[in-house]
Amino acid sequence: MAEDRIDIGYVAQLARLELPAGQAERLQGELESIVRYIDELKEVDVTGVEPTAHAARLFNVWREDAAAESLPRETMLANAPATVDGELIRVPQVLPGEGSN
Amino acid sequence: MEKMLCSRTLSELAAGLKSREFSSVEIVRSALDAVGSRDTEVKAFLGVSPEHALREAEAADARRAKGEALSAWDGIPIGIKDNIAVKGERLSCASKLLEPVVSPYDATAVVNLRRRGFIPFGRLNMDEFAMGSSCENSAFQKTANPHDTTRVPGGSSGGSAAAVAAGLVPAALGSDTGGSIRQPAAFCGVVGVKPTYGRVSRYGLVAFASSLDQIGPLANTVEDAAALLAATAGADKMDCTCLPDACDDYLRAALDGAAAPDLKGVRVGLPEEYFASGCSPDVRKVLDGAINKIEALGATPVKVTLPHTKYAVAVYYIVATAEASANLARFDGIRYGDRKDGADLIDGYFKSRGAGFGSEVKRRILLGTYVLSSGYYDAYYLRAQKVRTLIRQDFTEAFKSCDVMLAPVTPTVAFHFGEKSDPLQMYLSDIYTIALNLSGCCGMSLPAGTGEGNMPVGVQLMAPELGEARLFRTAAALETALGK
Repeated sequence: MAEDRIDIGYVAQLARLELPAGQAERLQGELESIVRYIDELKEVDVTGVEPTAHAARLFNVWREDAAAESLPRETMLANAPATVDGELIRVPQVLPGEGSN
Repeated sequence: MEKMLCSRTLSELAAGLKSREFSSVEIVRSALDAVGSRDTEVKAFLGVSPEHALREAEAADARRAKGEALSAWDGIPIGIKDNIAVKGERLSCASKLLEPVVSPYDATAVVNLRRRGFIPFGRLNMDEFAMGSSCENSAFQKTANPHDTTRVPGGSSGGSAAAVAAGLVPAALGSDTGGSIRQPAAFCGVVGVKPTYGRVSRYGLVAFASSLDQIGPLANTVEDAAALLAATAGADKMDCTCLPDACDDYLRAALDGAAAPDLKGVRVGLPEEYFASGCSPDVRKVLDGAINKIEALGATPVKVTLPHTKYAVAVYYIVATAEASANLARFDGIRYGDRKDGADLIDGYFKSRGAGFGSEVKRRILLGTYVLSSGYYDAYYLRAQKVRTLIRQDFTEAFKSCDVMLAPVTPTVAFHFGEKSDPLQMYLSDIYTIALNLSGCCGMSLPAGTGEGNMPVGVQLMAPELGEARLFRTAAALETALGK
């Protein structure tokens, strides 16, 4: 039933994934074969069936609204690829402007 | 030759520690020796921190000398799958993208282990981000099956299963999203338990598919698996899906089952869809042997049906990949992990993720993104969630006429490296384990014999939500009858 081909470039764009050219073609073929397989779900009658999002029982989770210690800043920043003076995570430029291209 | 300390069961080690036959330092040294020798062939461990482990072993020995042991197991090392956070150790999920990351905290399961004196030992190999059934998707190394090194150990907790089977550690933690504990346990001939969804906290387990993921034990015996589950399970304020219910006495249940192997009055359901076809004759033969044993123990086999079984793989690969595409969106190389610079911010995401993720992870992120994308959401994701409801109802119905279910774990014994190169064929090999995760119920794989090539074959036992005690009692009785 999946007569339309998957636009792998568009899906990769949504997923923020760079795909080298050779990989894109192979992945497209594999995805199309998997989608043909999962299309078998279309034969199941799901009229009036509620969706299940998770297998957990629903119950309220309460806790005291009390302040507690968090991990120290230097511990959390130890994994950052780049920092500003060990105080902040250095990120690539977000807004266009001076120094951007 | 005397068994190396690290190859012994938890109960043997607890007894030896108590009688001062050996120390925790000696156990940890033997595990380190095994990693330096036997594991050069098996390659179950991605890394170990000898100084950390020895320091903790010395502390455990000091506590015991003062009569202050934290539990009977104080000082016993437990291998940890590399997607479970251990403070101060790397946490790579066998992915290049997370290769540089060192965990700043302990997962709750690890906190609970430490509270009893267990020592987290080493990082065990896995399929990248727990996506795979053979460990071949690890970015770093291929783990071999200790029973035949030309075969895979299974996955994704292949390192955990291989490490226990090879006797490198007495037991290990793994995680099971669609069979990732039970399948490698079956392939390697060890006991592996997938607890009820929410029984063990997921805090500190790197998320793959949050509605399915569950941490569980891999061990040499049912008793050991019960002890390890008891040491990790329980309510946790850091995971709001973790169940508040008190835990049954799993160890007691296993000891009772082994001491008095009597299953009179126990109704053992045999789901007909799991026996219909697809199971190879050698696996089927072991299964039939286990059914005979269970009957000899007094249990009553009953036919049950799980009519939506044939849709489980399709539902799983929609639900799990959709959740994975959302969960793995956080890996952008900005706050942690291996950052690749791009022309701008967005381009950096593309490059970091493109270089950091392996092909199976990319495939699943793309599939998950596709089934969630505009125009396909209703047809795939929403429909899969509805069929998931039907699969859950199948289990509820089946458990009305039986106490536990018995089924195969895998269609065949462990396959050879490279044998399943088509991703869909690999997915279909998960047919007997996937539905249980969708249902939320608990289950385990128990070694029950050998098949083709003298490779281990497991049988799967399944029980309703929070039916772990029943599972351990039944499994321990069967294990005793099979002669462990």
